[in-house]
Amino acid sequence: MSLLSSAHDLIRKRMAGLSTPQNIRKDMNQYFLNIEQLLKRTVELGESNSLLIIGPSGSGKTTLLKKSLTNIKKDVNIGKNLMEVHLNGLIQTDDRIALEEITRLLHLENTVGDRVFGSFSENLAFLLEALRTGKSSTSCPILFVLDNFELFAMHKNQTLLYNLFDITQAGTTPMAVIGLTCRLDVMDLLEKRVKSRFSHRQIYIHNGSNFDQYVATFKDLLTLNADDIKTFAGNKNEKNKFLKQWNNFVEKITSDSSVLRSLQFQFDICKEVSSLYTALALVLFKLDPFAKPSDTAGEIVDAINTLHCDFKANVLHGLSVLELCLVIAMHHLNNIYAEPFNFQMVYNEYIKFAKRRSHILQNYSKQVVMKAYEHLIELELIKPMDSSATGVHAGVGSKLQKEYRPMSLLIEQSQLHEAINKYNGCPTDLRQWAMSSLE
Amino acid sequence: MPKKRKNVSVEDHPEEDDYDTQALHSLLPCREKQISDLLTLMGEPYQYTVSSIFMYGHASCGKSVVLESIMEYYELPHVVVNCVECYTTNILYQEVLRGLYFHSKADDARSEFVPPKKCENTNDFVRFLKKMLTSFFPNETTYIILSKADRLRDREVNLIPALLNLQEISGCNICVIFESEVTWEKYYNGIAGKSPFIMFFPDYTKEELQKIITLLRPPDSSEEFYKDYIGIVLSVFYTACRDLRELRHLAEINFPIYCEPIKKGEATESDKHKLWKNIEPYLKNALHSLYLREISSSEWTKLHVKSTEDEISLPSNFKDLESVTSTIPKRAKSGIVELPFYSKFLVIAAYLASYNPVKTDLRFFVKSAGKNKKTLKSMKKDEQKSAHLRGPKAFPLDRLMAIFYSIVDGKVPPTANIFSQITSLVSLHLLSQVGHEDQIDSPKYKCVVSLDFIQAISRTVNFDVIRYLYDFV
Repeated sequence: MSLLSSAHDLIRKRMAGLSTPQNIRKDMNQYFLNIEQLLKRTVELGESNSLLIIGPSGSGKTTLLKKSLTNIKKDVNIGKNLMEVHLNGLIQTDDRIALEEITRLLHLENTVGDRVFGSFSENLAFLLEALRTGKSSTSCPILFVLDNFELFAMHKNQTLLYNLFDITQAGTTPMAVIGLTCRLDVMDLLEKRVKSRFSHRQIYIHNGSNFDQYVATFKDLLTLNADDIKTFAGNKNEKNKFLKQWNNFVEKITSDSSVLRSLQFQFDICKEVSSLYTALALVLFKLDPFAKPSDTAGEIVDAINTLHCDFKANVLHGLSVLELCLVIAMHHLNNIYAEPFNFQMVYNEYIKFAKRRSHILQNYSKQVVMKAYEHLIELELIKPMDSSATGVHAGVGSKLQKEYRPMSLLIEQSQLHEAINKYNGCPTDLRQWAMSSLE
Repeated sequence: MPKKRKNVSVEDHPEEDDYDTQALHSLLPCREKQISDLLTLMGEPYQYTVSSIFMYGHASCGKSVVLESIMEYYELPHVVVNCVECYTTNILYQEVLRGLYFHSKADDARSEFVPPKKCENTNDFVRFLKKMLTSFFPNETTYIILSKADRLRDREVNLIPALLNLQEISGCNICVIFESEVTWEKYYNGIAGKSPFIMFFPDYTKEELQKIITLLRPPDSSEEFYKDYIGIVLSVFYTACRDLRELRHLAEINFPIYCEPIKKGEATESDKHKLWKNIEPYLKNALHSLYLREISSSEWTKLHVKSTEDEISLPSNFKDLESVTSTIPKRAKSGIVELPFYSKFLVIAAYLASYNPVKTDLRFFVKSAGKNKKTLKSMKKDEQKSAHLRGPKAFPLDRLMAIFYSIVDGKVPPTANIFSQITSLVSLHLLSQVGHEDQIDSPKYKCVVSLDFIQAISRTVNFDVIRYLYDFV
C-alpha cells in the first residue's frame, strides 16, 4: 500500500469517527475531567450518578464520551470492573426492546446466547431484582449510555427512565447513567417523578465559537502526525518526507484566501464541522500533496458552493418546457389571487398564454397538460391543500375530481426567476411572460 | 478507485485503471462525472466511505443504472431494495438481510449462518446486520441501496435518521445510498441524523438524449439514419416530455412507420423531407393517444400494420392516416357508460345544478321567466367565480328533481326507480354525496363528471347542454 493511500485511509477513518485526531478542542478539557471523575467515583466508591450531555448535533458529544471512556479504561482496575450498556433511542424504539437489549448486554441468567426469555414484565422484574439486590460496595458497577436520550423520553410512561434513575437513587448496584441529546428542552420532556430522580447534572457543549477554531479543527482532520505515520508501511526516510509534504500541503490549502472565504461563508451558516466534512468528502478523498494547492483550493470552494446551491432550482432545470410553463402559470395565479389554485385555473391561464403568445405550446391537449401537471405533483413542486399526507398517493380517496383539487405552489419567486435564467433553450415568449409578473 | 477483483492490478497502473472505467463510460454515456465521483467516494473496497449518499434527479436520468452497474462491475457487496415493494419497515429489514445473505460468496460462512425468518424491529436488524457483515464481508464496504427512498418518509419517524447513522450505530463498514426524485429538504423530520453526501444527477440535454437513444437503436439500422429520426421524434415530443424511457419507447414503436416509405420504394434514406412529411402526422397523433396511454402500444402497432394492409388496395397515404385518426377518438370516447334514458337526464340535471348558480335557475328552467334584459346585465361575469374553474357546487335533492322535471319531456312519475337511479349514479362515481352518508332527509350531491362527458351524453338524447350552462351563455 502506498503512503498516499494510507493517508487517504486515515482520513476516511477519521471521518467515519473511528480514529479521532489527536487534538481536541480546548474548551472540552474541563468536561473530560468532569466525566472521568464521575465514572471513577462510580467504579471506585460505588456511587450512583446520572448526567446529561446536551449539545447540538455534530458538536462532539459522542467523541467526548468515547475519549473519556478510553482514557479511563487505561486504568486496568477500572476497565475490568466496569460493565457498559450502550443504548440508542433510534434503535431501541420502545421499552420492551430496550429491556431485552439490556439483559442481553449484561448477560443475565435468562439469556441463552442471543435470545432473551420472558415477557416484558418478567424481564423488568428480573432486571430490577438483579439490580436492586446488588450492594454498592461489592457489585460490579454499570455504565448506561443513552444516545438520543430525548427519544427515550417519548416512551410510554417513561418506565425505563424512571427505573434507571430510581436505581441510581436507591443505593444498590452502582450505576452511572449518561444521556446524550441535542434537545435543549429535554428536561421539560421528563415526567415530574422522573425529573425528581435525575441528578440535574448537565454538561452543555456548543460548537466552537470562533472562526479560527473552526479552521483549526478542519486542519486537524487533515494533518498527519508522527503517531499516524508510524503505522504506515514504507521506509522511514520516505515516510518523513511524505509527512512533511502532506502537512505542508494541508497548511497551504487551509491558509488559502479563497478557501478561507468559503469556510467563513459556511461557518456563518452552520458551525457544525461534521457536515462540512461530508460535503467535502469528494475533495478530501482524493487529496494529493503533489498536486497544485490552488487546484485543490478551487475544488473545495466549488464543493462548498454546491452545498449552498438551491436543490429545487436543479429540479426546475430538468422540467420540460410545458411543465415550466405550468409553473409560471401557477406563479401568476398566486400573484393575482392569494389563494390555492386548481388544475382548471392553471389550464385556463395556460390556454390564455398559448393562444395569445406562444406557438410551440399550442398543440397540446388537456390530457397532455394534465400529465405534465401530475408530474409536478410527483416531484412535490405543488402540493394538495386538503390532505396532510405527502407524495403521489395523497388525496386519492378524496371525493373531488383531480381537476378541482386545491393546490399550493411550493416555489419561491426568486427560485423561479433563477430557474428561468438558467434554463437551456427557454422560448423567448415564455421568458417574457414569466418576467411580466416577476418584476 | 476500487479495483475489479478479477484482474488484481497494482495501485500504480493508471493505464489499466483508465481501461477499467472506460468500459463503464461506454456502457453509460453522458454520465462520466457521476461515475468518477462515485468511484472516488467509494475508494478501495476495504476503505471506509461516507456513511450515506443521497442521490436525486429526475426519473430515468440514470441514477440506479449507474449505481448498479458500478456495483456489478466491481463486484461490491451490495443489496438493492425498492422502498415501494417494502411497504413496512419489517419487510425492508428482511429484504436487506436476505439480499446480503445471498450476495455472500463464502459458502462456509453461509452454512453457519441463517438469516432470521423474522426481523421485527430496528434493534434486531442492527444486531443481525452486524453479525452478518462481520462474518461475510469483514474487510469490504457494504452498500445498501434504497431506491424510491421518498416512500421511507411515510414509515416510522426514526427510520431515516437510523439509516443515516447506520455506520456509526452498527460500527460496520457500511454505506447507505438513497435514490430519490425529490430533494433532500423534503426529508427533514425533526430528528437529527448525520447529513448525507448529496449528489445530483442532472437531466440529459437534447443532444445527450439523441445520442443515448441512437445507441439503443435496432441492430439493422444505420446510425446516421436513426439519429435523424430521433431528431424528428424529439422535435415533436421534447417540449412536453423529457423522460428518456418514454421517448425511447415512442421512438421504437414509431420507427417501422418511418421506414415504410423506404420499404415500399417511395423514398430513399436520404429523402429526409419526404420521410419527415410522412411521419409527422403520426407522431403528432401519438402525442395525444399513445403518450397518454389511451391506446396501448400493441394496439398502436396493430393499427399501423392493418393500415399498411389496407394500403395495398388503396394506395393513398392520406386515406390511411385518416383511418388512424378516426379510430382513435372513437376508442377514446368509448369510456362513456351506457346509461338508461332517465339516468342520462338525471346526470344532466345534476351537472346543471352543480355548475349553475341557484339564482339563474328561474331564468333557465321556467318558461315564463323574465326576458333577455337581465341576461345582458349578468353577461359581465367574474371569470374567477365561474363554476367551471372553481369546481362543482353541492346541491340538494329537491333542486335536482326540479331541474330534472323541467328538462325532461312528458310526465315522469317520481317512482322508487327514479330515486334508486340517483343512488346508483353515486355508486358509479358520476355523482358524489356530500356530507353525511346516511342522510335520507334531503341529501346533498355533487356532480363529478367532466364537460366532455356530459356533452356526449346529452348528444345521445338530443339535448343542448351548453344553452343551459350559465358559464357559456
